[in-house]
Amino acid sequence: MNLLLLLAIPLLTALLVLAARNASQVRWISLLGAAVQLASTLGLYLAFRHERAVGNAAQFLFEQQYNMFSSLKIGFHLGVDGISVAMILLTAFVVVAGVLVSWNVEKMTKEFYFLLILLSLGAYGFFISLDLFILFFFLEIAVIPKYLLIGIWGSGKKEYSANKLALMLMGGSALVLVGLLGVYFSASVKSFDLVILSKGIVSPEVQNICFPLLFAGFGVFTALFPFHTWVPDGHSSAPTAGSMFLAGISMKLGGYGCLRVATYLLPQGAQHYANVVIALSVIAIVYGAFATMMQKDLKYINAYSSVSHCGFVLLGIGMLTKTSMTGAVMQMVSHGLMTALFFAVIGMIYDRTHTRQVSEMGGLLKTMPFIGSVLFIVGLCSLGLPGLSGFVAEMTVFMGSWENPDRFSRIATILSCLSIVVTAVYILRAVGKVAMGPIRADFAALPDASWNEKLAAIVLVVGILAIGTAPFWLNDLVNPATEIIKQKLMMPVPLD
Amino acid sequence: MLNATYIALIPLLPLAGFVMLGLFGRKYFRNTSGVIATVLLLASTLLALYTAYGYFFEYGKAGGVYQKLVPLKYTWLEFSKGVSIDMGIILDPISAMMLVVVTFVSLMVHIYSLAYMKGEERFPTYYAFLGLFTFSMLGLVLSSNIFQIYIFWELVGVSSFLLIGYYYDKPSAVAACKKAFIVTRFADVGFLIGILVLSYYSNTLDFNTLIANLTSPESNAYKSAAAASFLGVSALTWGLVLVFIGGAGKSAMFPLHIWLPDAMEGPTPVSALIHAATMVVAGVFLVARLFPVFAISSPNALNLVAYVGAASALFAAVIACTQTDIKRVLAYSTMSQIGYMMFALGVAHWGAGEKMLGYTASMFHLFTHAMFKALLFLGAGAVIHFVHSNEMKDMGGLRKFMPITHISFLVACLAIAGVPPFAGFFSKEEILLAAYHSNTTVYWIALITSGLTAFYMFRLYFSIFWNKEHHPHGEAHHGEGGFAMMMPLVLLAVGAAGAGFIPFGHYVTADGTRLESEFHLQFSILPVALGLAGIVLAMWLYKKQNERPDKIATSLSGLYKAAYRKFYIDEIYLFITQKIIFNLVGRPAAWFDKNVVDGLVNLTGNTTQLVSEKIKGIQSGKVQQYAIYFLVSIVGLALLFIYIWK
Repeated sequence: MNLLLLLAIPLLTALLVLAARNASQVRWISLLGAAVQLASTLGLYLAFRHERAVGNAAQFLFEQQYNMFSSLKIGFHLGVDGISVAMILLTAFVVVAGVLVSWNVEKMTKEFYFLLILLSLGAYGFFISLDLFILFFFLEIAVIPKYLLIGIWGSGKKEYSANKLALMLMGGSALVLVGLLGVYFSASVKSFDLVILSKGIVSPEVQNICFPLLFAGFGVFTALFPFHTWVPDGHSSAPTAGSMFLAGISMKLGGYGCLRVATYLLPQGAQHYANVVIALSVIAIVYGAFATMMQKDLKYINAYSSVSHCGFVLLGIGMLTKTSMTGAVMQMVSHGLMTALFFAVIGMIYDRTHTRQVSEMGGLLKTMPFIGSVLFIVGLCSLGLPGLSGFVAEMTVFMGSWENPDRFSRIATILSCLSIVVTAVYILRAVGKVAMGPIRADFAALPDASWNEKLAAIVLVVGILAIGTAPFWLNDLVNPATEIIKQKLMMPVPLD
Repeated sequence: MLNATYIALIPLLPLAGFVMLGLFGRKYFRNTSGVIATVLLLASTLLALYTAYGYFFEYGKAGGVYQKLVPLKYTWLEFSKGVSIDMGIILDPISAMMLVVVTFVSLMVHIYSLAYMKGEERFPTYYAFLGLFTFSMLGLVLSSNIFQIYIFWELVGVSSFLLIGYYYDKPSAVAACKKAFIVTRFADVGFLIGILVLSYYSNTLDFNTLIANLTSPESNAYKSAAAASFLGVSALTWGLVLVFIGGAGKSAMFPLHIWLPDAMEGPTPVSALIHAATMVVAGVFLVARLFPVFAISSPNALNLVAYVGAASALFAAVIACTQTDIKRVLAYSTMSQIGYMMFALGVAHWGAGEKMLGYTASMFHLFTHAMFKALLFLGAGAVIHFVHSNEMKDMGGLRKFMPITHISFLVACLAIAGVPPFAGFFSKEEILLAAYHSNTTVYWIALITSGLTAFYMFRLYFSIFWNKEHHPHGEAHHGEGGFAMMMPLVLLAVGAAGAGFIPFGHYVTADGTRLESEFHLQFSILPVALGLAGIVLAMWLYKKQNERPDKIATSLSGLYKAAYRKFYIDEIYLFITQKIIFNLVGRPAAWFDKNVVDGLVNLTGNTTQLVSEKIKGIQSGKVQQYAIYFLVSIVGLALLFIYIWK
């Protein structure tokens, strides 16, 4: 499997979109491109499994390397392990669904789809890069389209939200860049190559300086408290597909970076700051959940609940056990699918009722059985119902966290467990009001989902069920990769 | 023959029904969905009977002791070596018994609903949800892994939620289903943390290994769990108590019972299945499943089970005496009877013969209760169907119009009141005997409760079928509800009348050995006399319309009102959730986020803008200005150099 294919398909799609003659061509080209990409990521997964099954135990598979700036030791180095494959699969699912729900975007359709595809290109590139410079490059590619998507196709106070989001994410990127440079200049081997750097030695002092920079920098992307406030505003102003990409893909770039770059390259730093990470993630989980409970707008509810759910990702990483890190990756995939679906459903409801205020809705299950049922499914997934993906991921994080026997970790785990009650409260309040209860007279004739909306929802529900009912495949995929990170964490402290 | 495929099919057939009717029911099976689901469940029931028969009479025993067989185990999610969630099947006396109970009652409810729910707009959805519930409940009883049981535990919770909220356009139903889910969710967190604690020390999630590790005092698991302590209580006890909290939530034990009466918003057959016969006994089942650990390793935790059970039994019985909605009376009665099962487990000990009687008695009562309580609910459903009301005041004199319902309801009342030779008599007798030998306080509470039970059940009976004369206005034409509704009543009545003669101790005991049940005539006199006294009192008060009940209610004003208002527990909960959680935690969190955290973000942005606004004048592009800056800076630097650096 050639990883360049994963970049070539979106690139080609983007170019064809630019060349398309009308909106209908744009849509179909995008859908085709996304579908081909989904097929090739499934192919990647199968090829990856095959390689592992025949005993290829290399840390990264399908590696490719090209020189770019040999004087600065920057190379175009690609490769994937289980974590990357999981994230790539997630991205492909979300992109297909995002393309489908945007079917009715009439304003500047070509530009809209071009930006969506560009964003996905950035994400794919980010997940397959093994060179930190290239990784950073793709991270930036994934930021800019968001600014435009919100600024142009957004709603509400979109200028404010677009600015806030772009600036905060840029700030995060700046921290990442400083951290990367710090690692680059202080490592015993000068290189941006992740594989080489992970073998080189970074002194504990430098690790203690660079870890917070890298972790906080990537953390901004994944709603690390207190850098999470771009999330509610950004989501609420973004167009539906924008929200889906933002929560489903962009926020995962951060989690992936925290794990792959910050934790893996700087294990001593990670251990040194573990309790800070745990404390911040528990705050995000609990406080995010309580803040969600008070929200009245559906998009704000999902945005704040994303803060809470992404807290589980950070908690899993901060706990530094193999199981908890596997749980963190599972939670990223699960949350990506679930929250994309949630935003998709909110978009469908908004298109029909023209409101997102929970208090103004009621009984939608009656006129829109499909949309209502999907809202139920995604709500139940969010509150961690077994059989759906959220349960599997959260339980893995809990089990992994409980492996740390110190009192601090115990209290953190118990508090996080308690948050699932609050989750149930806000989900049931929202879903109960929107889907159940007596129906408003003027909503009585609203149409149910159209074919593209149904297809989008089905694609994501299939993903959620695939993890929720048969989690072993994802576990087997991710576990060897987190095992390597865990081994790195247990290596003795390097001497100066 | 023991064949795992057949056993796996028992839960999978209802699941297939759920998937099929859930996806395509509305479109393709509008009218046939009930029949499809019923046929699937009939197959399931037959397989369950076949399995139970095989287990009890063919292959279950080894050396005269019933074994815990695990014919199927499949790793579902592996956390670390040895610690994994397995999807498996455990076959032991209690799971084999529960298979029969769940499939049989569910089948009765499926058949009954064919008539009862006929014409409902969401008929296929109803049967889909029933299938989901039956699948989850069967998965729960078959679980061989503590995390597997948690998974199905949550799934029965959600099916209960969906069915309580079946009439989703009724605000009261929506409120009730949310309440049920959230209250049990709260308890489930206890269960979850309990699992974390127990699995941490025993280093497994598998029931058989976990029980073995935590009951042998030589094992490292046991030693570390007993040694670690928090607030002076050992980790092992904490783990068990937390698991019990989960069980108490599902089984509606005080003070986590508040969701059960409201759950009566669901369709009545659902109440019969979920909120009387099966799901609500899951907590009892869970404690029974972990009974060796409770009894051997943590008698303190078991004592807690006994007292919570006894308190719930009495508390609910008092409230039941005052309620006027017949389904709510039955709901409190369910809570009270589950209290019986719970404390029966609590008073049992590990050891030979008599000491473990409580365990057998509890399971026996679970079995008989499933029969007569399902019967009571289905009977109540027929009555509600007939008079279109849940309130006692709208009923009376119905014996002439509903003879089959009347007789079967009477059988169930006699059974629950403990009148020999009906089923409840035998199981309750065993429970009282077990309590008598072990814990006198619990015994006396149980005795008082049994008198109260007889009273409120016959208050219900006389108010529905006797009391004032009924004047039918137009509803008589649809009669009692036809064959589909009457057949389950008759079958369950046979069970309620005869199930007591099963020698339960021969089959279901804590350690799988045979327990001979002894019958002590002198011991039975007191409870039976109390029961009869309760019946007579109810007859005196409610058989004919009279002033006496109101007078008594007035004379007991304070107590009566408190009991009628369910001792204000709901209000206390409402106060805590609304006033404390929402106003003191939720609102400040949202405010803090909007104003402080986001305020800081905006402050950073505004400060940056402000500063650039102020200093942008420096970059004016005028050479003269730059010359001045240059001059001033040179002078400044020169001064610095001269006076400070020297």
